[in-house]
Amino acid sequence: MPFIANTDKQREQMLNESGMSAEDLFADIPADLRCNRLQIGRGLSEQEVRRHMAALSDKNASGLISFLGGGFYDHFVPAAVEAMASRSEFYTAYTPYQPEASQGTLQAIYEYQSAICRLTEMEVANASLYDGGTAVYEAVMMAMRITGRNRVIVDEAVNPVYRKILRSYTTNLGIEFVQTSWHDGGADREKIAAELNDQTAAIVVQNPNFFGCLDDFADLADAAHKHGALLIVSCYPISLGMVRTPGQMGADIVVGEGQSLGLALAFGGPYLGFMATRKKFVRKMPGRVVGRTVDSEGRDGFVLTLQTREQHIRREKAMSNICTNEGLCALTATIYLSLLGKEGLRELAQTCADKANYAQKRLLEIPGVTTHFPNRWYFNEFVLRLPVASAQRVIRRLLERGISAGFPLSRYYDDMENSLLVAVTEKRTKEQIDLLAHTLEVSL
Amino acid sequence: MKLIFEKSVPGRRAYRPADDDIDAPARIPKNFLRDRPAALPELSELDVVRHFTELSNRNFGVDTGFYPLGSCTMKYNPKVTERISHYPGFVHLHPLLPQLPGGEMLVQGALAVLHDIDMMLREICGMAAFTMQPLAGAHGELTGAMIIAAYHADKGNDKTTILIPDSAHGTNPASAAIAGYDVQTVPSDDTGVMDIDALAEAMNDKVAAVMLTCPNTLGLFNPRIKELCKMAHDVDALVYYDGANLNALLGRCRPGDIGFDLVHVNLHKTFATPHGGGGPGAGPVGVCEKLIPYLPTSVIADKPDGSYWLDYDRPKSIGYIAPFYGNFAVILKAYIYTLMLGTDGLERVSQNAVLNANYVKEKLKAHFDLPFGQTCKHEFVLSASRQAKNGVRAMDIAKALIDRGFHPPTVYFPLIVPEAMMIEPTETESKETLDTFIAAMIEIAELAQSNPEELTGCPRTTPVGRLDETLAARKPDLASLE
Repeated sequence: MPFIANTDKQREQMLNESGMSAEDLFADIPADLRCNRLQIGRGLSEQEVRRHMAALSDKNASGLISFLGGGFYDHFVPAAVEAMASRSEFYTAYTPYQPEASQGTLQAIYEYQSAICRLTEMEVANASLYDGGTAVYEAVMMAMRITGRNRVIVDEAVNPVYRKILRSYTTNLGIEFVQTSWHDGGADREKIAAELNDQTAAIVVQNPNFFGCLDDFADLADAAHKHGALLIVSCYPISLGMVRTPGQMGADIVVGEGQSLGLALAFGGPYLGFMATRKKFVRKMPGRVVGRTVDSEGRDGFVLTLQTREQHIRREKAMSNICTNEGLCALTATIYLSLLGKEGLRELAQTCADKANYAQKRLLEIPGVTTHFPNRWYFNEFVLRLPVASAQRVIRRLLERGISAGFPLSRYYDDMENSLLVAVTEKRTKEQIDLLAHTLEVSL
Repeated sequence: MKLIFEKSVPGRRAYRPADDDIDAPARIPKNFLRDRPAALPELSELDVVRHFTELSNRNFGVDTGFYPLGSCTMKYNPKVTERISHYPGFVHLHPLLPQLPGGEMLVQGALAVLHDIDMMLREICGMAAFTMQPLAGAHGELTGAMIIAAYHADKGNDKTTILIPDSAHGTNPASAAIAGYDVQTVPSDDTGVMDIDALAEAMNDKVAAVMLTCPNTLGLFNPRIKELCKMAHDVDALVYYDGANLNALLGRCRPGDIGFDLVHVNLHKTFATPHGGGGPGAGPVGVCEKLIPYLPTSVIADKPDGSYWLDYDRPKSIGYIAPFYGNFAVILKAYIYTLMLGTDGLERVSQNAVLNANYVKEKLKAHFDLPFGQTCKHEFVLSASRQAKNGVRAMDIAKALIDRGFHPPTVYFPLIVPEAMMIEPTETESKETLDTFIAAMIEIAELAQSNPEELTGCPRTTPVGRLDETLAARKPDLASLE
């Protein structure tokens, strides 16, 4: 029997020594609650299951040339990342409740928290949350705890999926949820100013935003602070290799999707939500946190700390119901950032920006194709306006030719029927970009 | 051991991301750029590899040794599931692909996995449908509480309270509260299960749901569980099954048949996906027929031609609770595991999990207090009260076990047992391993009599001794900044 060690003889011996019969084991379940034999089928051998799964894997399109982003990016992952993250001392461990036996996980998380702070130029970070979307929700809840207010302004250029998540979670909580429409591809300062008041807990923005456009939110941080509100910025960590940091802008809570930090796209997860904030707010921050301390002999060591905020101590009065972080994903991100290093991350960001710049120039050479936001700068993702009624049809044609050209913005935005969101990472070569341009041109 | 940042040498490089095929430098204006590069370490690839190898050597996992952490189901994580999760058709698949026109046909293999495991979980749990989206057990609970709220709102029920036993995991009350409910605690009776009279007293029209683990955190199956479900249904309250302890019931009894309306399953416990040092997990939620309309968006559906699609048009849905379809790679591993077990394998899991727990319980009950002595399911709870009289507390026993090569049980939980030690051996452990553990526990019990100081100084074999947690909380040092 797979994954069971004991033999029939051993089981018999164990029952005898326990003074039990095999029937006794489940005798406490009333007879009318026993189920019929499950219809799951015969167990498969390792060879059979591999064949079955290889066939399923082959039914997925893995060889597409991808310009699809939308918050989730196809970056290159060095071999050493996976080699280290797949050490089973890490991945077969539980949450580090016993610190003496878990210094590996704990120190790695402390290093992760440090790396996130250095990346965002914030003062403290937690041990990670589920993903970038639920991280925005947790940031909003945190801002409400800090300010004691329940009005939240969200820029519509924040990832639409994140806004949908925010909407579902806050349905029952009496939150006043104001969405301000974007202007010229960015957060509309006038509309936000009109909505901002002394009942506002936070303004939520994203950089680069869903359209790939760059912004500097320092003015919004000032405006929020004047009203006693907080600025929440969601950001794309690879862009922080070169882009102005939320810390520098004066953000109070910084969150983001950490998938791009060495994690596979893997059809939606597992990913990683990061969260960083100012020191003064640390006791209002949700999620696991690791701290550095000393043992009785003065040696440095690491423990889970500030646990009085958490569910296993506070139960219904906890800051959040979150019980774990995304430990292995945080470890992966830490290994990835350590390998890239200071110069490597800067260079990577520059490479992505350069390739996107080349791609945009190349695509704009196609007759009739224009840029949607000519007044905006972008990092590695930009919006094209196609000279056809529907970007959807063009995307379908390119998919048939093995190219995933980008994301149709009409899926989430009205009046953007012919808009295509194109992402370019360091993995795309000049040849692939030229092929995209050529194929798009002949498909229009 | 030094932090990775302390090993940095200016100018040293590992990975070089650039290739030189494009000469079109982006000239983003300075006001959008950071002033200086992020202060990440500068290291060679070997530096990084040595650092994380050394960290891994300071960690204890299931592959290292016995890990009887109660309510966490630390069973063996099969290697083949790791291997398959790296197949190219799974690992590189962009989650937005099915939202592109014609894109659903490009992800049929992945949708088949999500569809098939949904079917298997329905069969195993006796539920009408599952959502695979919740990203952890606690996330499943929150999703469940949101479904409960949507159901009552839809029916026009005015419900305010969720009832939860005092033996519950802390996430249960936290999830209920975060979904907007008041939480009322129901005490356990002297046999260790929910006090049915106290439940009757607490039950009224304002009760939205009862949230339960079964078997509960003491490892006990409540013989009156069906009656309890009926009491809730009589006031149109729903009954939620926290699947943390489902391992004990596989192929024996199904939450849906008992009368539970919602369940969540911890794939990282019962279905052998790795815990990852604290995530990622997966906590799919199953519901009975009448709750299907409220499941999160999207839902996998099948067409007459056998292909799968994603249904986003569900007016009564609670909406998005996660960006996509759940922690897909985790779900994938659970699917592979279930395929490999089959019906017989699932029955063997519960049989061996329950036998292993009872065997250890019977061998240890003379040496430690056992507050609830009946047949347990997958786990049981000892109390170190007897040892505590000599100054040896549950935490000292935990640390002494570390020195003897074991991961300790869960200690000080459930809260209703003083000096609790919650032991869950799981089915994958052999009699030889259990016997070594039993011998170590007996030796520790004897030392608690003869030489308690020997135990209060443990652990001695670890890279650090007991750490000053008060200092950590009073003066938080949470990051190494520049």
